[in-house]
Amino acid sequence: MKHDETLRIGVYVCHCGTNIAGVLDVEALAHFAEGLPHVALARHYKYMCSDPGQELVKRDILEYNLNRIVVAACSPNLHEPTFRRAAEDAGLNRFLVQMANIREQVAWVTDDSTEAFTKAQAHLAAAIRRVAGHEALERQFVQIQPRAMVVGGGIAGIEAALTLAEAGKDVILVEREPTIGGHMAMFDKTFPTLDCAACILTPKMTAVKLHPFIKLLTYSTVESVEGSVGNYRVKVRRKPRYIDESLCVGCMMCIDGCVFTQAKFPNPFDQGLGKRKPVWIPFPQAVPPVPVVDPEVCLQIARGKCKQGCVTACGERNAFRFDQEEQIEEYTVGTIIVATGFKAFDPSVIPYYGYGRYPNVYTSLEVERLLNAGGPTAGKLTLRDGSTPKRVGIVHCVGSRDANFHPYCSRVCCMYSLKLAHLVKEKTGAEVFNCYIDVRAPGKSFEEFFNRVQDEGTQFIRGKVADITPANGDGAEGGGLIMNVDDTLLGTIRKIPVDMVILAVALEPQADASDVRRAFGISCSAEGFFLEKHPKLAPVNTANDGVFLAGACQGAKDIPDTVAQADAAAAKALALMDAGQIELEPNTAWVDEEMCSGCQTCISLCPFKAIRHDAERKIAVIDPALCKGCGTCVAACPSGAAKQHIFGDEQISEELEGLMNYV
Amino acid sequence: MSETPNAQADSAPEGDSPIFSAQKSGQSSEYKPRVAAFLCNWCSYTASDLAGTARIHYSPNVRIIRVMCSGRVDPTFVLKSFALGADGVLIAGCHPGDCHYIDQNYKTMRRYTMLRYFVEQMGIEPDRLRLVWASAAEGQYLADSITGFVEDLKKLGPLNWKANWEENGERAKALEDIVHEHAEAMEVQP
Repeated sequence: MKHDETLRIGVYVCHCGTNIAGVLDVEALAHFAEGLPHVALARHYKYMCSDPGQELVKRDILEYNLNRIVVAACSPNLHEPTFRRAAEDAGLNRFLVQMANIREQVAWVTDDSTEAFTKAQAHLAAAIRRVAGHEALERQFVQIQPRAMVVGGGIAGIEAALTLAEAGKDVILVEREPTIGGHMAMFDKTFPTLDCAACILTPKMTAVKLHPFIKLLTYSTVESVEGSVGNYRVKVRRKPRYIDESLCVGCMMCIDGCVFTQAKFPNPFDQGLGKRKPVWIPFPQAVPPVPVVDPEVCLQIARGKCKQGCVTACGERNAFRFDQEEQIEEYTVGTIIVATGFKAFDPSVIPYYGYGRYPNVYTSLEVERLLNAGGPTAGKLTLRDGSTPKRVGIVHCVGSRDANFHPYCSRVCCMYSLKLAHLVKEKTGAEVFNCYIDVRAPGKSFEEFFNRVQDEGTQFIRGKVADITPANGDGAEGGGLIMNVDDTLLGTIRKIPVDMVILAVALEPQADASDVRRAFGISCSAEGFFLEKHPKLAPVNTANDGVFLAGACQGAKDIPDTVAQADAAAAKALALMDAGQIELEPNTAWVDEEMCSGCQTCISLCPFKAIRHDAERKIAVIDPALCKGCGTCVAACPSGAAKQHIFGDEQISEELEGLMNYV
Repeated sequence: MSETPNAQADSAPEGDSPIFSAQKSGQSSEYKPRVAAFLCNWCSYTASDLAGTARIHYSPNVRIIRVMCSGRVDPTFVLKSFALGADGVLIAGCHPGDCHYIDQNYKTMRRYTMLRYFVEQMGIEPDRLRLVWASAAEGQYLADSITGFVEDLKKLGPLNWKANWEENGERAKALEDIVHEHAEAMEVQP
């Protein structure tokens, strides 16, 4: 341990109410600390993070000339900034503070209080030994570019982009599909108010298109992300539309002019229920209103030979570019909002529901398209043979709350199932059977909507549907279906004949969610949704500074929650950009020039290209602005020349000795 | 509750190398292995905080050291842990591909493989060293990993470095042979 007579360490043990004091004898812990070298005073207090607790630290620093502070309390991830600031307020360098995590890592996880006390002693002794070797450091800041990128053009991305743009910030909105709008654009009505989804969404989509501060990149994906908060360099891959966006006016004449007189390819926007031509547009109000050419089926592109009816129809505008190629564009932005949304669960993996086998078993998203006036049937709910269903079954929790698929509740399925029950009844007069486990209607006006749907005569059967079987044996077209359901209120198995089944499918992470989150340097929770920095107190931040989350990519949620979260993410991004700067990690690495042999081992290890070789002096040089402070070069340096602030060899070794001596 | 450092600490004061003192702790009624755990700040340390928040109890024998990245774990930290009397060393970091510093946990992986060979050469069972990937959401997994590691260490028994070394005299000879074989490259006079 560093022996320096000028060291005066102040130790503070927090009770955290009864969180710590209920398990550990905090008084004895403070007494123990008093006996350790260089400890000038040790106190214990009910809530160290409270104002009086912080005042205590400040007063002691001034009164007792403390020059090091140790706080034994919660995780440094929670209150290290609090105590660093308190120390700074009292004129002590903020980096001369160390925390011992005796709450999350001791009091809360240990059964035996004797064991817990020993462990707390070890952690406290380690922090005291460690802080003795701390050095005063200057705070470093980096400038933030006042430009944001929003990834994903669903309702979350649209809302976030508009909020940022209205605050006067440049926004680049990247969307993978040919149009923005996302899942919301596919829906017919929205629960519980039954607003027409398109009626409330399309004005916002148009606003995005018209906003002078928003640069809209549709049919584009993020290729790579480099840099860090304030200066992210994002490469965007722009897929070819084969139509020049700047020349096209959206008249759609080319679609009529296409040599394919009949639309014959499945339209992904209609979940494959509708058909499209090689040149197509997902839906009439698409933004931008520019068609896109499918190179796999377009005769001109796939075979190089076509009469090009589309080009003739386009005429003088001459917007077609069959030689268009994929392009990579690079943008530098200060902040990023990730709003990549969700994927609807594919129920074909559940064999007993017969999706994909029995033609009249549909997913909820397919039925949304059937009910939508812009959909494949112009809003008429029909079975595959064109007839109108008379008895419709809705199966709740398909893929959700099921240990075989997703254990979580997808939050929106109950409400959209109620909405579908209402719409089906309204449009067809059919008898509707909702088979549910529990109806979860916890939002504003949700329960009232549930009551309304019950009053309308929808039958509610409490029980999970066991399987769906064909009524006539083979389930062929026209044949009815039977839902076998264990009615847990009647206590009997019921067989309900229906001619249409709607599976209320779960919301799950996008198929490429892992690639996306890795590109942005964010983590995911167990189910694969992106992980927020703190589940309660930092719900839109991520572990990567300057990257924020909005919408269903963070977890299943409905439209109001998505919009609220998108605005929250925009506000967080704005706060960063308006501040104009952010503090850098203090724990950067540096090279002791005397000791460096110039072997360059460290250079190949640095993922941020922060280290370069100074050929003249034959040493390595680390750029502190690029260094993120992982310390890998420090661990690898064969001559011990690479050093790190706060996490130096000496400090970690001292911590280790403190820990092991008090095992 | 004790108000002074416990007996174990008293018996291993500073300056007195505790390398061979591990047995002392093993002689009490129940053998309690000591584990030094290096946890990366972004995933595994956060996971341990999550285990705390969720009140997931795990073996108390572990002593946690926060490092910014598992890539920061210098091999000498591991050796020093053993030298200070640890019966096992746990390194935990983000899952491959999830590293906060892009790919530094791959460097940990390489170092870990090297270290396992290395500690074996020094007479320490390689199973006393363990690498775990625990994401920030895997509090339960990290807690289970710690408890599982402690259970496995109990089966191995105390790290009795000296005895391990002496009981197998061939080790010293093998080392000597290596020196002879590579004398030229190592620039030594055997």
